[in-house]
Amino acid sequence: MTQENASSEIYLSIDNLWKVFGSFIALKDITLDINEGEFVCFLGPSGCGKTTLLRAIAGLDLQTKGTVMQDGKDVSNLPPSERDFGIVFQSYALFPNLTINKNIAFGLENAGRSKLEITDRVRELLQLVGLPDQGQKYPAQLSGGQQQRIALARAIATNPGLLLLDEPLSALDAKVRVHLRHEIKELQRKLGVTTVMVTHDQEEALSMADRIVVMNHGIIEQVGSPTEIYREPANLFVADFIGEMNQIKSTVLNGSRLSIGETTFACHSHNFDDDMLVVAAIRPEDIIPHEEGYVSDAENGNCIEVLLQEMEFLGSFWRCHLQNNKFGISGLMADFSINAIRRLKLLKGKDMVIELPADRLMAFDRPEVD
Amino acid sequence: MPASSANLSELPAGPNVKGKLSRDDLIMRGGMAVIALYLIVTLALPLYTMLSKSFSTYQFQLSQYEFQVSDEDGIFDGTIVSGTDLNNKTGAYELTDLSTGSDGRLGVTAFFLDFSFRSPVHYQLRNTVEGGRFLVGSTLYDDTQWLELDSNTFRRVQLRPVQARGIDNFINYFSTPALFNSIKNSLWISLLSTLVTVSLAFWFAYALNRSCMRFKGLFRLIAMAPILVPSLLPGIALVYLFGNQGMLKELLFGASIYGPIGIVIGSVFFTFPHAFLIITTALAISDGRLYEAASSLRASPWRTFWTVTIPGARYGLISAAFVVFNLVITDFGLPKVIGGQFNVLAVDIYKQVIGQQNFEMGAVVSVILIIPAIFAFIIDRLVQSKQISSLTARSVPYQPKPDRRTDAIFLIYCSFVGLFIIGMLAVCQFAALVKFWPYDLSLSLNNYQFDKMDGGGWGAYFNSIKLGLLTAVAGTAIVFFGAYLVEKSNGFFLGRAAFQMIAMLPMAIPGMVLGLAYIFFFNNPSNPLHAIYGTMAILVVCTVTHFYTVSHLTAVTALKQMDREFESVSASLKQPTLKLFSRVTVPVCLPSVLDISIYLFINAMTTVSAVVFLYSPKTALASIAVLNMDDAGDIAPAAAMGMMIFYTNAAARIIHLFISKGVLARTQAWRTR
Ligand SMILES: Nc1ncnc2c1ncn2[C@@H]1O[C@H](COP(=O)(O)OP(=O)(O)OP(=O)(O)O)[C@@H](O)[C@H]1O
Ligand SMILES: [Mg+2]
Repeated sequence: MTQENASSEIYLSIDNLWKVFGSFIALKDITLDINEGEFVCFLGPSGCGKTTLLRAIAGLDLQTKGTVMQDGKDVSNLPPSERDFGIVFQSYALFPNLTINKNIAFGLENAGRSKLEITDRVRELLQLVGLPDQGQKYPAQLSGGQQQRIALARAIATNPGLLLLDEPLSALDAKVRVHLRHEIKELQRKLGVTTVMVTHDQEEALSMADRIVVMNHGIIEQVGSPTEIYREPANLFVADFIGEMNQIKSTVLNGSRLSIGETTFACHSHNFDDDMLVVAAIRPEDIIPHEEGYVSDAENGNCIEVLLQEMEFLGSFWRCHLQNNKFGISGLMADFSINAIRRLKLLKGKDMVIELPADRLMAFDRPEVD
Repeated sequence: MPASSANLSELPAGPNVKGKLSRDDLIMRGGMAVIALYLIVTLALPLYTMLSKSFSTYQFQLSQYEFQVSDEDGIFDGTIVSGTDLNNKTGAYELTDLSTGSDGRLGVTAFFLDFSFRSPVHYQLRNTVEGGRFLVGSTLYDDTQWLELDSNTFRRVQLRPVQARGIDNFINYFSTPALFNSIKNSLWISLLSTLVTVSLAFWFAYALNRSCMRFKGLFRLIAMAPILVPSLLPGIALVYLFGNQGMLKELLFGASIYGPIGIVIGSVFFTFPHAFLIITTALAISDGRLYEAASSLRASPWRTFWTVTIPGARYGLISAAFVVFNLVITDFGLPKVIGGQFNVLAVDIYKQVIGQQNFEMGAVVSVILIIPAIFAFIIDRLVQSKQISSLTARSVPYQPKPDRRTDAIFLIYCSFVGLFIIGMLAVCQFAALVKFWPYDLSLSLNNYQFDKMDGGGWGAYFNSIKLGLLTAVAGTAIVFFGAYLVEKSNGFFLGRAAFQMIAMLPMAIPGMVLGLAYIFFFNNPSNPLHAIYGTMAILVVCTVTHFYTVSHLTAVTALKQMDREFESVSASLKQPTLKLFSRVTVPVCLPSVLDISIYLFINAMTTVSAVVFLYSPKTALASIAVLNMDDAGDIAPAAAMGMMIFYTNAAARIIHLFISKGVLARTQAWRTR
């Protein structure tokens, strides 16, 4: 995850921003800085306020309270036409009765450019998005992915300082989506334009963003690079929302140990007091498999014996359902490489030993009982 | 902790962020204000004036006059008597004689039993209050000076009434059986017409949607034909068929076509397309999967009809019923032509205003006519909103299967209905072309020499076309731009909601009421807009306003289908919204724009009710000419003019079709892949 474009210069600064619809609080005290040239993703479940925040940044739906600073200028109450941004919507909002050329040229007119300059710029943009000879067509004559790229070209035509993308890929099928992810990211890197993208697809966010803003119910749960968000989730919501996570009820024991069922495990450092009720969490791919009867040499071996109850082949790895009633652990999920399965001769119904590496075993607040 | 359960009190203190308005916001709000103002001036204010007129009463205030009488030598003995005392003593006038209209005049000689205009006796009179008034000849006296007059001049004294507010006009209305009987008349013929039309239209629509009958396209065309003619044309056809010299007169077994029978038959004719259109839409959108389910449950056709078809179409049926009811009760042309002695509300307004010059009573009848019309309108709106929400995107259209027997029955049924519609038009056309019905049936074009008849001549016909074109152009522009502004501007929720409400109002206002309201409002010399009274402009304004609602709804429906982010994109590209409007919105909505213009054109050609109060000799219209020629007994020329309207509208429709197909194929290439 490169950040070569992103300087440490703050370009967009959101301060104590609230948005209220009637009596419903859609955004609650959001504070966030975005650096120049950075690619930031707003990620969160449906209805968490991502679009609302994006529209507040654009001035399309003004926030109720709080300020937005862009490029050192307070734009909090400016209408969209007086801000500096390009935007791509989920629907693309291409003008259906105008050709691709005219769609892209729409924003270039009335700004003192000559006809020739405009034609050149349109050609250059079509080249940039890889559709050099589609200019004479109408939007309905292009595929979804092509339309998406035209919308992008139209948005960046005027060289805006900020590019806003609201779920730009969600209307496309999976394969085109993966391909375009890469292209958009490439383009953004080339142009160095500060970009905010809204998505509820974690894979999209993880693969594209320099930084991810995880949102939930109108608040920011965590801001960080994709690896940070994935490896060091700030709380159980983030841990659970991004990637897979085994969750086991447990209790804190002498500082850095957790008691699960009748066993204790060493774990990642945390700030909980002793005897607190917490959730122990570990990702399936962090569980290390060992053959039956394996005994760890280390003191904090974190090994337990389990039954390999179910195996599911998922192409590049096996998803295994592990059971251990004796230790009170039920329904642990683990992803083992094909290699490991072969090497350890693991079969459905066999016993085995697994190791929960201490630095991957995390403790989180237990959510209130629903 | 979810934000949704957070409390609003957690919001930081201080004012909310107030957006700065962009230039576009200001332009759009300004535009909306202008169009709202247009609707207020052309709708709300006239209606208000009319309403207040219905409550304004005129009374002769006898207590405000004093009299003295001299002896034969012209000597006054100083005795002063008030008008009230004189009336009490002589009993010259009843109380009801003292209520009058704005033009009321009351002679005073009746107070003096031995009055003779040759007598040498002199009289003196005066107002006891400033502003009390009486006329001597045409000179008005409103001060409190005594005025001495000889007997011959005293004869020419007339008291003028004083204006007041009150419900006297309504009391007067309800104590005059000749007037309030119309309420009952109007209601029952409207109900009966509604019942007949909706039943006929339902089976017609059913045949077209649910059978594999042949000639469906032709029947659809025929069903829509009555929309192209004024509502009084079927009246003329009925006169020819069943009137005193009608060729089918015997079929009525002595009953007269002039009256309820004629009104109901004619109403069925001119409301049929409206009911058919609504019901056919309701049937077309019902879900085919329900029928598959019903047939897989082996439900009998009869049972399927009652448990699936009728419930599916019920909103359409209810809506059609209210629309037809509203059309019949507010219609003026048809009962005017064929109503005979049978009084209905809409014609009463005309008679009060044009016949008796009793404007206040006209206003009272208008207020009464508005009540059922508004009621029908509200129910229709409620029902329509229900129908939309009951539609799901997953519905599958119903595919009828051929069935020889039912298809044949439906074909016969539709042929009868089609024959009825075509027959009425054909009778008019035939009558227009023969020399002298029914005695000389040889063909001639004599009846087309409109310039030889009263009613406005060919000039009226061309005025109508002018009105149609002006209404179509100006109306479409106003309506579409107004709809765009309410649909696509930001914020300003209260203003936009208010605009939507005003835009719905015209549909609930009967044409007669609108026309009368325009007289009150625009024919007032102190109104700065008085200048347009009697011109083509007021006819255009009145027609645009009269047909505003349907046009507005058409525009709104089209605009709602536009991506709502177009405006956002355009703003982010720093382009003026008006550029977006002209380059994208209008071209994309062109089909609807054309639909609105043809709707306005056709209605401007056929409307009678609102404009009948507003035309001047220079701006006579074809539809009015039909009315006036019929009134004058020139029925054949009336039929000829009515058919001219029909052909003009049919031609307009065909041109509209060509434009829609031809020009759109070019400008809307983007629609096809
Ligand atoms: N105009 C509005 N009026 C009332 N409530 C609104 C309005 N717009 C959004 N909301 C509410 O605010 C919350 C946040 O909406 P928002 O569109 O920002 O969600 P989102 O995170 O973009 O979700 P999605 O992934 O489904 O697009 C939702 O609960 C939504 O119902
Ligand atoms: Mg969203």
